[in-house]
Amino acid sequence: MRGALYLLPVLLFGLVIAAFAVGLDRDPAQLPSTLIGKPLPAFALPPVRPGEAGLKTADLRGQPRLLNAFASWCVACRVEHPVLLALKARGVPIEGLDWKDEAADGAKYLGDNGDPYGQVGNDRSGRAGIDLGVAGVPETFVIDGAGVVRYKQIGPISPDDWVRTIAPLMERLRAAS
Amino acid sequence: MTAEIGQFALVLALVLALAQAIVPLFGAWRGDGALMAIGRNAALLQAAFVAIAFAALAAAYLANDFSIALVAAHSNSAQPLIYRFGAVWGSHEGSMLLWVLILALYGGAVALFGGPLRDTLQARVLAVQGMIGAAFLGFLLFTSNPFTRLFPAPLDGAELNPVLQDPGLVFHPPILYLGYVGFSIAFSFAIAALIEGRVDAGWARWVRPWVLASWVFLTVGIAGGSLWAYYSLGWGGWWFWDPVENASFMPWLLGTALLHSSLVLERRGALISWTILLAILTFSLSLVGTFLVRSGILTSVHAFALDSRRGVYILAIIAAATGSALTLFAARARAMRTGALFAPLSREGGITLNNLFLLAATATVFLGTFYPVFVEAVHGEAISVGPPYYRQTFVPIFLPLLLLAGFGPMLNWKRDKARTLVRRLAAPLVLAGVALVVATLFAGLGRVLSVLGLSLGVWLIAAAAAVLARRWRIGHGSGTEVLRLARTTPLAVWGMVLAHAGLGVTTLGITAVSAWQTNKVLTLTAGQSTALAGKTVTLQSVHIVRGPNYEANQARFEVSGVGGARTLISERRFYPVSQTHTTQAAIGVGPLGNTYISIGDQDPTGALVVRLWRHPLVGWIWGGGLIMALGGALSLADRGLRRAAVKRTSVAAAQTVPVSA
Repeated sequence: MRGALYLLPVLLFGLVIAAFAVGLDRDPAQLPSTLIGKPLPAFALPPVRPGEAGLKTADLRGQPRLLNAFASWCVACRVEHPVLLALKARGVPIEGLDWKDEAADGAKYLGDNGDPYGQVGNDRSGRAGIDLGVAGVPETFVIDGAGVVRYKQIGPISPDDWVRTIAPLMERLRAAS
Repeated sequence: MTAEIGQFALVLALVLALAQAIVPLFGAWRGDGALMAIGRNAALLQAAFVAIAFAALAAAYLANDFSIALVAAHSNSAQPLIYRFGAVWGSHEGSMLLWVLILALYGGAVALFGGPLRDTLQARVLAVQGMIGAAFLGFLLFTSNPFTRLFPAPLDGAELNPVLQDPGLVFHPPILYLGYVGFSIAFSFAIAALIEGRVDAGWARWVRPWVLASWVFLTVGIAGGSLWAYYSLGWGGWWFWDPVENASFMPWLLGTALLHSSLVLERRGALISWTILLAILTFSLSLVGTFLVRSGILTSVHAFALDSRRGVYILAIIAAATGSALTLFAARARAMRTGALFAPLSREGGITLNNLFLLAATATVFLGTFYPVFVEAVHGEAISVGPPYYRQTFVPIFLPLLLLAGFGPMLNWKRDKARTLVRRLAAPLVLAGVALVVATLFAGLGRVLSVLGLSLGVWLIAAAAAVLARRWRIGHGSGTEVLRLARTTPLAVWGMVLAHAGLGVTTLGITAVSAWQTNKVLTLTAGQSTALAGKTVTLQSVHIVRGPNYEANQARFEVSGVGGARTLISERRFYPVSQTHTTQAAIGVGPLGNTYISIGDQDPTGALVVRLWRHPLVGWIWGGGLIMALGGALSLADRGLRRAAVKRTSVAAAQTVPVSA
């Protein structure tokens, strides 16, 4: 029995290394979001910017748009933020989901860094995030005019991602609706 | 020419490292003193050749030799001399060269100062160092050669990332590496002990100075890195749970555990296999940290190079080093049981508990760090679980640890009584209780964490002071006796007291700045004022100034309050070569907190976007870190003095703990 205890570290370590090795050469395209092709789950979130409406599922209909999950504590979001601001300037509709964050902190973050969002909902508990399958921030969903999720970007949107993937998709969705 | 000298020196160092890895191991097995001596010479020569390679690269940077690809990519003739030097380790290849240099210097130090060691133990330690050295020299030469030439050579180089052009770059990486590469020595000692199948108090006595030294450097390195982030990123954050910060924090947590468990092994001959395991894991986490930063598996402000071949290579090194170490551990450690028993409530018991909490804390950081890395490996993008995760997992584990850290030093070895323990700590307990009540009245019931943090900070400082008070018999002995006892207090006791009190100081700083910082954002034109936390901040003027390789918009502020007025300067710099902006915050430093001002863009009318923060007690975070490091250094000095004394009286006989199967 004691012998097994001494074996434990090396066995655990083997698992970690196996996970690393798998992680290192996993094909990035292999795990699509389960939500793609399905309508957005229902949520109704309180506002981040005081005095405004929050964000609910029904708001995300009518035209293709982006739903961007962010948080004030997220460093990668700060990297992504200028890209979102540039998209807003070009007229791309973006709604925000302030994930696992205090509304006041979220509002301050938008005040400090600029505000690319149409409507912003505060998901303090992370409940809506769970329904959406948000694993971390930033993540961005492309939603079509009927409120169906068409694409999910994990991690910051780079200008490259926008030009190559998201912009053409938005174009197609706009043409279809 | 310099590049070729450096290249050859590295190749020679690799060959020497291979010799160092094999020959002394064989010599120790055969009991051949001459073969073991080769290990010592190889270690010294390897250090010399790596130093030559490093000097060659540094010379190339200082001479603006842009025919070397690395120099052309990270340096520029307009860059100030000091940052051309700092740029030596401002790139992936250079930074790995520094890593290898420090590893080789540690190996050389074992060869040089390891005289009192058993020959076979020293030979085996050097052999393991040689293996690590060979692996990383191979990594450097085969995947990250710093001396690759560029033809045709460009007339001028690109620029070192302006964020890195800061005095922090000159000090931070070497100190940090001295810390976490230093744990390689503990690792090598652990492997050598497993090979020999023999661990005794003498082993702990030899390995502990290396652990202490590494821990001191790592503490200073982490505190310095945090300070650098605070003043240079322009928004006053001092810790981000960034994977690269975690990469240095995990070895620190486990290194702290190792520091304590090796003390038990040295004093009481207990916790043998546990200490060995910690030594293996601590350095393994240093390797994992290197993997995190160097593999490009994650995007971060700290990661320079993105190349998965490097990731695979380092992963192979980790698999081989840690895998074989843990296998050896599984095979051998069982036989190294200990005879020394202790009661649950005893100094040993307290340290065991401390170790378990530190291990659990390390595990939460490990999971938080690697979960996103796995997600990223799968999806190819960076995401972050962020502070909410750590607030819910790391903090609840660390708070009880802080409580324990007050009790630990007051515990007697072997066994203790709860009632007398509480009586010995009556004064600190009362003080912490008062702090709890006052903080609750001040902050309200809603801020449980802040109140606990303040109370624990006071507790740690008071409990550390109580150790001294007890030792000096304050309140029992006469004045002259107290003075005599105070004068004869060993440095090691001072070290422990300072380290624990420093932890309390850091706790107070973290708590205060997390709970009570205030800030505002507004636009100001020259001459306008605003109020911030009882002070008046006036924007006096805005100018364009020129630095050596940048242009800056410079704003002068006057901050006036009760203590008088002072002028602070904040800059927004533009580096034309790399077309990047950086922010130099204006920081008014004070013992009770800092005023932090950073400026943004100026609109055409001249109004300037200004962000102001008041950070209460923020300096205590790093001050506490320095006090902890000073404690470690005093403890190390004590060992040096005592060893000298032992040598004088020549009673260096190592006590051997009975080994039973």
